[in-house]
Amino acid sequence: MKRLRRHGQESQRERIKQELFQFNKAMEHGFPHQPSALGYSASLQLLAIGTRSGAIKLYGAPGVEFMGLHEENAAVTQVHFLPHQAGLVTLLDDNSLHMWTLRAHKGQSELLEIGRFTLTGPPGASPSVTSVTAVLPHSSGELLLLGTEGGHVFIVEVPGFRELEERNISLDQVANSVPEDYIGRRNLEHVEALQENPVNPDQIVIGYGRGLMVIWDLEKLCATQHIPATQQLESVWWTDDGKYILSSHSDGSYCRWMVGGEDGNEEEEEEEKSDIPYGHFPCKAISKIVQLPTKEGPPFLLFSGGMPRASYGDRHCITVIHSKTHVALDFTSRIIDFFVIKDGPRSAGEPSALVVLVEEELVIIDLQTEGWPVIQTPYLVPLHSSAITCSHHVSAIPLKLWERVIAAGDLQNTHYSKKPWPITGGQNLASDPPQRDLLLTGHEDGTVRFWDASGVCLYPMYKLSTSAVFHTDTDPNDNMNQSTEGEWPPFRKVGCFDPYSDDPRLGIQKIHLCKYSGYLTVAGTAGQILVLELNDEAAEHTIEAKVVDLLQGQEGFRWKGHTRLDVREDPVLFPPGFQPLALVQCQPPAVVTALTLHSEWKLVAFGTSHGFAVYDYQQKNNILIKCTLNPSDQLAMEGPLSRVKSIKKSLRQSFRRIRRSRVSLRKHHVNNAAKLQDANARLEAELAEMELAPVQRKIEARSSDDSFTGLVRTLYFADTFLSDSSHNTPSLWAGTNGGCVFAYMLRLPSVEHRADEPITAQPAKEIQLMHRAPIVGIVVLDGHGAPLPEPLEVAHDLARSPDMHGSHHLLVISEEQFKVFTLPKVSAKMKLKLTAVDGSRVRRAGVAWFGSNRTEDYGESGLMVLTNQGDVHVVSLPGVKLQVHYNCIRREDVSGIASCVFTKHGQGFYLISPSEFERFSLSTRNLVEPHCLVEAPQYSAPSTQHRPHANKASSAQRNARHESEDAEVLQEIQKSLEADQMLFSENNVKSALA
Amino acid sequence: MVSSAAPPTERASERARARSRMSRQQQQQQRTPLKVTDAVVEIKSKFEAEYRRFALKRNGPGGFQEFYRLIQTVHCIPGIDVILGYADVHGDLLPINNDDNFHKAISSANPLLRIIITKKEGEPLVFGTNSLQRRKKGLGLTGLRPPGSGATHSKNKQSLMIGLPQDFRQISSIIDVDILPETHRRVRLHKHGIHKPLGFYIRDGVSMRVMPQGVEKVPGVFISRLVRGGLAECTGLLGVNDEILEVNGIDVAGKSLDQVTDMMVANSHNLIVTVKPANQRNNVMPRGGKATIGNSGSVGSAGSTSSAVSHDSPSPASQSNPITASNSIAEGDSDDEDDDDVDLILENDCLAPYDSHPVTNSNNANLNRDSPGSMVARPLPQSISLPNSIGASVMMLNHNGNPTHAASSSQESMREDGNIITL
Repeated sequence: MKRLRRHGQESQRERIKQELFQFNKAMEHGFPHQPSALGYSASLQLLAIGTRSGAIKLYGAPGVEFMGLHEENAAVTQVHFLPHQAGLVTLLDDNSLHMWTLRAHKGQSELLEIGRFTLTGPPGASPSVTSVTAVLPHSSGELLLLGTEGGHVFIVEVPGFRELEERNISLDQVANSVPEDYIGRRNLEHVEALQENPVNPDQIVIGYGRGLMVIWDLEKLCATQHIPATQQLESVWWTDDGKYILSSHSDGSYCRWMVGGEDGNEEEEEEEKSDIPYGHFPCKAISKIVQLPTKEGPPFLLFSGGMPRASYGDRHCITVIHSKTHVALDFTSRIIDFFVIKDGPRSAGEPSALVVLVEEELVIIDLQTEGWPVIQTPYLVPLHSSAITCSHHVSAIPLKLWERVIAAGDLQNTHYSKKPWPITGGQNLASDPPQRDLLLTGHEDGTVRFWDASGVCLYPMYKLSTSAVFHTDTDPNDNMNQSTEGEWPPFRKVGCFDPYSDDPRLGIQKIHLCKYSGYLTVAGTAGQILVLELNDEAAEHTIEAKVVDLLQGQEGFRWKGHTRLDVREDPVLFPPGFQPLALVQCQPPAVVTALTLHSEWKLVAFGTSHGFAVYDYQQKNNILIKCTLNPSDQLAMEGPLSRVKSIKKSLRQSFRRIRRSRVSLRKHHVNNAAKLQDANARLEAELAEMELAPVQRKIEARSSDDSFTGLVRTLYFADTFLSDSSHNTPSLWAGTNGGCVFAYMLRLPSVEHRADEPITAQPAKEIQLMHRAPIVGIVVLDGHGAPLPEPLEVAHDLARSPDMHGSHHLLVISEEQFKVFTLPKVSAKMKLKLTAVDGSRVRRAGVAWFGSNRTEDYGESGLMVLTNQGDVHVVSLPGVKLQVHYNCIRREDVSGIASCVFTKHGQGFYLISPSEFERFSLSTRNLVEPHCLVEAPQYSAPSTQHRPHANKASSAQRNARHESEDAEVLQEIQKSLEADQMLFSENNVKSALA
Repeated sequence: MVSSAAPPTERASERARARSRMSRQQQQQQRTPLKVTDAVVEIKSKFEAEYRRFALKRNGPGGFQEFYRLIQTVHCIPGIDVILGYADVHGDLLPINNDDNFHKAISSANPLLRIIITKKEGEPLVFGTNSLQRRKKGLGLTGLRPPGSGATHSKNKQSLMIGLPQDFRQISSIIDVDILPETHRRVRLHKHGIHKPLGFYIRDGVSMRVMPQGVEKVPGVFISRLVRGGLAECTGLLGVNDEILEVNGIDVAGKSLDQVTDMMVANSHNLIVTVKPANQRNNVMPRGGKATIGNSGSVGSAGSTSSAVSHDSPSPASQSNPITASNSIAEGDSDDEDDDDVDLILENDCLAPYDSHPVTNSNNANLNRDSPGSMVARPLPQSISLPNSIGASVMMLNHNGNPTHAASSSQESMREDGNIITL
């Protein structure tokens, strides 16, 4: 009977769990790590980025995002949208082609891979024959032209990937007709570029590596013209009017060639214009060249590279020339690719924006506004413009604070273009976020960035820099961006990626924001704690630093780490936004390991590896200093030799930077085999090394002599029953690495005497956990078992006041177990062991509220826990029982696990690369993910119309053809979409037979 | 404890003993019948270079404390803390520090009882077999002599260290012999209260498993190294290359080395490892039908003079403590009832008030420091909350300290390794 009832309760509980918890990796925020390819569809208005890890990401209007991942763990080398379709083709560096489509499903679009294909040559042919180097989706949307390393051009029907052998353009066919006097006719090398004539889709130009370009007629299956360039070819561009071909070359030159008439009188064609724009001395290759006409006036000429090798060979530049304006845009990292967006219907208008994908960011330049300002990106923002050192999430920001932060941020963004975001494809169907959430990231350079994390786009709101408070190693007047007048090339720095920190001591380690009062506290690497206040006006402050000696007379100490930061003594003008109110510096200046702020009591508590202290930022004095150092702990005493390390590191970085810039940007396909061999050899060596020295782990109980037992891991303010069960008092709780909890009773004067009467702190309790595992969190639960509300939350009527009648409980979260103690008399009540049972340890823990997805008014508080195995658990409160667990992060991804932050509503963020946050949710109710729809463009318009000056005769002819075939084609596409699997297998069979 | 360690079957006990290399010396001595020779024991005691001779009534009522004071008086060293040792019939130097071993010493006098006195703070007196002969050569080997007859004793000249009786406690046992396969061994290591390191390392390796479809290689975790003098080595129950199968009843298959490490560290106060010994020759045969549940073949450095504190598996009494009771109710199971895992809680009345104002950087905060020195200055805590279940542990801690201060507060004994609490 009892068992039966219990069974019923259990199934009921299971049902509630299903209503509350659900794990979803919702989306990725930030900039893709190691992008390797860029694509753009003018008709869909979508941008596609492929990465070295095989991911493909599509972006349209803000909120319109898609992501796909290739099964192969190979880099995406090229991305091409198919004309007039919601589909694209990717080329990976394993030479496989993949077809992706955006398919509508339940009113939303999904990115799906619908086919894959690998070129197979005749038996016995070397793999280079079919190694794809150039891809051209034909404007008909039916053909894909694949240029290979062997110099052949294969023609494949899409989307089914059916090889059209009879139309292939073999190297022999081309070589036979090459003029006798052409210097490189013996070896034309690989196909470097394929371009279609914008006005005549039957004509394509094939650019061979050796320099020769051949205009080929797809209908007549013959070469109509040969362009005998002799420099190694880098790229080809066919101008919109179809009259000229531009070629760029490895010696930093570009040439313009006239395209002859249809009759193909070859001898007339000559190199019309040749130029080495940054000439005289040897230049680097121009890797891509684009020329775009304007309605009136001269065209835009854009090209990447071509810098003088010796003096500016390490710059990553795109040169834009329009009329008299000539600017060499100097980017922060290697240029992957670029394209230009044109205005107007069918993108037939003026060039409006230049979109450049560099290795670390996406930069969009407004070409229609004077001075070509940068347009701020609403997504793909480089989170890592300085390395992220910590993050902090604040849910449900009050509107007032939100608006003030935005206002402060707007004043920082005046240098951006006023133009709206030019990439507008797709519809964002996601409903407005239910609340305003802020994600704060601390960075190595001492900045704190505020991101709007409410919705799909992680949008930058405001940037706070703490370095103005200190004297740093570099002179602020030494502005890198200053360009000298008359410099040649005319450089202009663009982009915000700047990984080089002036002083590693500035790095932000802990952040705490009170959303009700607007007080912010940040703490850094050199033991500095700043309390800041939001001020809407610019103001001048003289910052006085208060030094706190955390050693408290501890003997035998020698700090060998970095020194304290020097504080500026003269008044500093701070712009509107968060302005410093108080500064505390720890002595020894060890990194701050715990920080909390109580805005109602106006207290800030902070801890390092030596101890902790409480500072009253109203009266500006210390309330409490406690040394937690174990006298035998030499490591903690001496501190890390971080300064030395950082110099080494920065040296290494700069060498790497130089080396990277010297490595040729292209020709990846040439030495693929060598690279592979190299990698294999390295892997083998690593494996051998591993076998020689097996990894050993010491099994030892923790003792009080272990290093860093005194390191303060967590600090917590609570208004609870510390001394007796009838009076609640303010209290501070501190947990150390050695499993020790200290509790202090705080005596606060009444509000009217708050400014003059001193605050006192009195030790109340000490708990030494038997298992001595580091304490990661402390929470006080009220009489209902709910966590105490945040300071001022009740005052703002945003939370139910805590139950002060029932007995409070103390939840201590150590790396190994969760333990609930009674209060005020501390005795263990319940516990949940984690490590002893499954060997995982708690890395992060946070209290969250989970709402049921079935009934609006039901919800529970729970503890979200991330372990060192990368699993997320939900632990019930106050019963400390495991509810659910999911695998979230790879256990090897240590930095991902370390970067995880939880929100108060059951979501979380962690870094999947230095520049990307993964957003996940454990809640059924709170889930932010893209909901968007992209509709395939109407295919009624002939392809030629999106380039002006069409050859009227041919276009008219093709119009007729297309219109009649329209329905047919659509049907066919639909059919092949459905049958893609079959076709795919057919292709394989066919290829194998061939 | 000694008697509980006696295995029921001869074969099993022999194997267990052979493996354990534990001394049963004192056990045997206890069994030797008393020789009633005289009513008086001749005593020759030596302190530094001074000898004293005196006589003592053999069956006099005196206990160890009395004898200790007598020795101090005889040698005119009233204020000095000393350690007493005596030479037994085999020429071993054995300690006298409680009533039991005092009586043992008196009864073994034949008729002369040689007492050796050393200052506590001086060079520690090394007790052990053959120690009187070997002392000058300096011995410090921790090897344990296999038990058995005098023949093995004479054959194996390796001497045996004998700890002071207050150190005596069970440190390990082989458990669940009756339910495990012969090839496996479940070893319980009692780290509790012992200041020896657990002393072993583990590594990844490849284990061969015999499957129906043949031999299969699976990843496994193995003991890679034993630290000399560590608990693992002392027990003799764990060896290099033993494969670790379970930690406190949880299968480690599929777990990473780090996970197994963390599990072991988390259970380090009461670690039960199930191993597949690399050396399969010393396996314990499972007992027949008369097997008792619990400790079968308990092996420990048992001493006849050890106190009555028992550290066997949790006693029923300790299981009834309110914490575990409520816990097991809450969790709906009773998988672990480890009473060792009890935290030390110092309530407010024992913490000195923090002198908060005026707070300066050079604030005198030694009231608040954790250093042992300041602890003494601090008023003794009035309430140290120690649940009943660790009453035993507290006793043990007391016992663990200096016997002469055995009556001092538990607070003091808990400060042993320099921090407030070490349970």
